[in-house]
Amino acid sequence: MSDAPPRYHPPPVAIHPEGHAPTPHHPWLQHHFDSMEQQAEASTLGMWVFLVTEIMFFGGLFMAYLVYRHQSPMGFQEASHHLNIYWGAANTAILIVSSLTMALAVRAAQTSQPAKVQVRWLLATIFFGLCFLGIKAIEYTDKFRDHIVPGAHFQWEGLYPKPAEQFYSLYFAMTGLHALHMIIGIGIMAVIAFLASRKTFDSDYYTPVEVAGLYWHFVDIVWIYLFPLLYLIGRHYTPGGH
Amino acid sequence: MSGHVAPKTMYYFVFAALIVGTGLTVLVAFFDLGVFNNILMLSIACAKALLVILFFMHVRWSSRLTWLVVASGFFWLIILFGITMTDYLTRGMVPGTPR
Repeated sequence: MSDAPPRYHPPPVAIHPEGHAPTPHHPWLQHHFDSMEQQAEASTLGMWVFLVTEIMFFGGLFMAYLVYRHQSPMGFQEASHHLNIYWGAANTAILIVSSLTMALAVRAAQTSQPAKVQVRWLLATIFFGLCFLGIKAIEYTDKFRDHIVPGAHFQWEGLYPKPAEQFYSLYFAMTGLHALHMIIGIGIMAVIAFLASRKTFDSDYYTPVEVAGLYWHFVDIVWIYLFPLLYLIGRHYTPGGH
Repeated sequence: MSGHVAPKTMYYFVFAALIVGTGLTVLVAFFDLGVFNNILMLSIACAKALLVILFFMHVRWSSRLTWLVVASGFFWLIILFGITMTDYLTRGMVPGTPR
């Protein structure tokens, strides 16, 4: 791997003048940790604990989906049939590409690549994230135009208007929450890209990139389940049933 | 300090597998396979999620403690789905109980 570019932080730094840290250490090491490894492990574990709460958070919505779909399988298929499978598939591919650029951004920091390279991968991730949101905006616009947004103006031509409204309530709740996570993720990436441009990350210290990456990949995983469950179940639906 | 550095080719392979998986689910959705539509669709989704977790999220090289935390999250999710559905799927099975 290593044509070893220079590291940004020549460790270890000197003892603080105030003398509160008796041994020389890396400038990014917080004093309640013994080592950079321990600090990185604690951060990663903490992020995973947060992601587990996110699993339960989205899990509740998937549970609701399961119950309502169980109560009206045909209604859900009919409702799903109206979604555009091509926009959905394109967005899935876009998110997977963004996950790749994210993983490569982490790797660039991990291998002490120049700040320019790290920032480039992070900006690519932001770009694909924005593409995803753009397509989502097009899809939402179509739903408003076709009056299939749940509420007073909901109209459904098919056989199952009530389950269709339930389906679209879940559709907007789940994809809306997912989109909110994307927006937050893009904000996080912007901060990380800024820090990377200031030559913050190298092989000695890249935990923020790693942890932000975990969040980004998690949001990708949620979509990996949303796509088939929302877009694909109605593909072969024919009105009147099987 | 530096965690496990995976070769770039590994990331490209995982990426390719994820794209192929996506293509496969879309393809399968166009055929009416009865229950197998759902089974295939969710199996592919789980395989994709596993690839992302193990390789993109580096869990493959993480500590045992991380493994435990990740697994516990999904374990609890299965409890949520499992116990709830044992109720919904069995309603009305016993004569005289409400549907």
